[in-house]
Amino acid sequence: MKKWLLASALPLATAGAAYADDAKIGVILGFTGPIESLTPSMAGSAELALAEVNESGNFLENVTLVPVRADSTCIDSAAATAAAERLVTTDGIVAIMGADCSGVTGAVLSNVAVPNGVPMISPSATSPALSSVEDNGLFFRTAPSDARQGEVLAGILGERGISSVAVTYTNNDYGKGFADAFEAAFTAAGGEITLAAPHEDGKADYSAEVGALASAGGDALVVLGYSDQGGKGMIQASLDTGAFDLFAMGDGMYSDALLADLGSDIDGSFGSVPWAEGEGADKFAEVAEAAGVNAESTYTRESYDAAALIALAMAKGGESSSAAVAANILDVANAPGEPILPGELGKALEILKNGGDIDYVGATNVELIGPGEAAGTYRYYEIKDGAFETVSFK
Amino acid sequence: MDFLNAFVALANFVIVPALAYGSQLALGALGVTLIYAILRFSNFAHGDTMAWGTMCAVLATWGLQAAGVSLGPLPTALLAIPVGIAGAAVLVLATDRVVYRFYRAQKAKPVILVIVSMGIMFVYNGLTRFIIGPDDQNFADGERFLISARDFKVMTGLDEGLAIKTTQALTMVVALITVALLFWFLNRTRTGKSMRAYSDNEDLALLSGINPERVVTVTWLIVAALATIAGVLYGLDKSFKPFTYFQLLLPIFAAAIVGGIGNPLGAIAGGFVIAFSEVGITYAWKKVLGYMMPESLEPDGLVQLLSTDYKFAVSFVILVIVLLFRPTGLFKGQTI
Repeated sequence: MKKWLLASALPLATAGAAYADDAKIGVILGFTGPIESLTPSMAGSAELALAEVNESGNFLENVTLVPVRADSTCIDSAAATAAAERLVTTDGIVAIMGADCSGVTGAVLSNVAVPNGVPMISPSATSPALSSVEDNGLFFRTAPSDARQGEVLAGILGERGISSVAVTYTNNDYGKGFADAFEAAFTAAGGEITLAAPHEDGKADYSAEVGALASAGGDALVVLGYSDQGGKGMIQASLDTGAFDLFAMGDGMYSDALLADLGSDIDGSFGSVPWAEGEGADKFAEVAEAAGVNAESTYTRESYDAAALIALAMAKGGESSSAAVAANILDVANAPGEPILPGELGKALEILKNGGDIDYVGATNVELIGPGEAAGTYRYYEIKDGAFETVSFK
Repeated sequence: MDFLNAFVALANFVIVPALAYGSQLALGALGVTLIYAILRFSNFAHGDTMAWGTMCAVLATWGLQAAGVSLGPLPTALLAIPVGIAGAAVLVLATDRVVYRFYRAQKAKPVILVIVSMGIMFVYNGLTRFIIGPDDQNFADGERFLISARDFKVMTGLDEGLAIKTTQALTMVVALITVALLFWFLNRTRTGKSMRAYSDNEDLALLSGINPERVVTVTWLIVAALATIAGVLYGLDKSFKPFTYFQLLLPIFAAAIVGGIGNPLGAIAGGFVIAFSEVGITYAWKKVLGYMMPESLEPDGLVQLLSTDYKFAVSFVILVIVLLFRPTGLFKGQTI
């Protein structure tokens, strides 16, 4: 037993010595599973930010940031927890960039991050439930909560003077959370929801749902689903039966395929989608392109920002520890201070080194509100002549 | 007038969609029931046979469209159905030769064949996705509506519109023709009679000189035709997506069993029972009652028996009740 202990402790000790100057950052994303097509670009963007910090030479004395990838699978909480546990206990990571999907993010947070005091920043978990979760100040996200989008969408309907709507949502965490948030915001503003009916994705027939929604009535149908799944089926069936001809859509419905399939039938409909625009997004596209990362993919900007925030928080705290990250993220993300765009991390580190203040703007106009989540910018669009046209940004 | 409005609302949201959906289910259930009656197992690969046949038809449709062929107001896909049937026939006959024949020679138990068909299902699943991909494919063209809700309102002056899609009308017409042909074949032709004889008693059929391999081949051919026609009609009416076809398996089996598996008439009845129960029982009657009742009695609520969440539960409750009280289904099929 003694020998065994010694044998297993030895490599650990030497490993610790050899990498004393490395600060490991866990990159926990669903490299297999439903969003496996998105995660390589997301991880690439996050690692891009870490590389930029390392290259600047202005980071903490003798410390190099090393990304360590692990698979969250997006849907299997047990697998994600095990992967995160391994990173914390074996690799000794100080912070987590991830996880991606809302369900596994919650699992990793409560099972691994909180017990071990490791902070995590998710680039893409949008469930409103994560806002109120017990996190000991360790959970942040650069993706906005759907609660916020619910308010935005309710605001858009208010602007258009629509006060009575029927709602249909995809029957999962995303759809239900979104629908609840929308319902709360819309009724608080004096609107009336005639019926909120869930729909299952990939089903054969949606006549029953459309029939019930049509009986309930309303000036528009709010569709909180997926454009390549039941959401489109619901719109199609509503158009066919003449039940509704005006649709308000959530972010899952934003896709060019929807326009191609439904054509001019949905002209005049509108919706909201998280959007990054302006200097930060352009700058990020430039930086990413130079590094060979696909910047146009979903949640790449949020991933870059998440990793950059971890590094900047460490610099602000003056040490590469979990506590420094957790304590300083809000500080570096928000005003006051010098605004920092993607590609300017070196400059930011120098300012921090000299005791200055920064306001990380990043690729997505980062502004962390409430319990440390992005306020988010949404594009309010309207469909005109078979194309998405921006009305305004919210 | 109010009565007419009520009727039109009901027709638009319940009767027409359920009739079209029911026809699609009935065609699918017929295929399942034929395999059960003659080959004696529940074919779980049926949904994916539909997907495969439809995929062949979709590819052929695209070819025809590219060549500039069109049927005017009717969808071009109708012309492509024979290609789809041929594709599906090749696939199922090849499967039968390579897989099912082996188990038939061994006189394997039905439950083994069921599991084998699940394996086949996953293979078909992969094949279809490999060729056309997992995404939604739109292949409908031609006139979309026989009559649209808006036109109907203008024409009749009613408050409610009645929409009938070309594909819905087409579904019912084609289903009717197919079913008529099938029954004529089973009851009037020599091959059809030999199939029924084989289904009733395999050994007696063998003794009277019926070639079992021929019966099996013909059965697969008919099943390929039924599956492709059902799949193309469904795809025209909604859209083609392999995953949805896989999911169609559940209501199709429910339809076949409620009607009485092994009985073709039962499959048709079952298709409509399932479709009407899914759409009808969860319907909110507010609109219809609003027209029918005097103003003072108009309902405030939705007057919905069950939320639409329960629509699948409804069809399966019906299934359980039928099996409890009539284990052979509505029409006398075989007990499972």
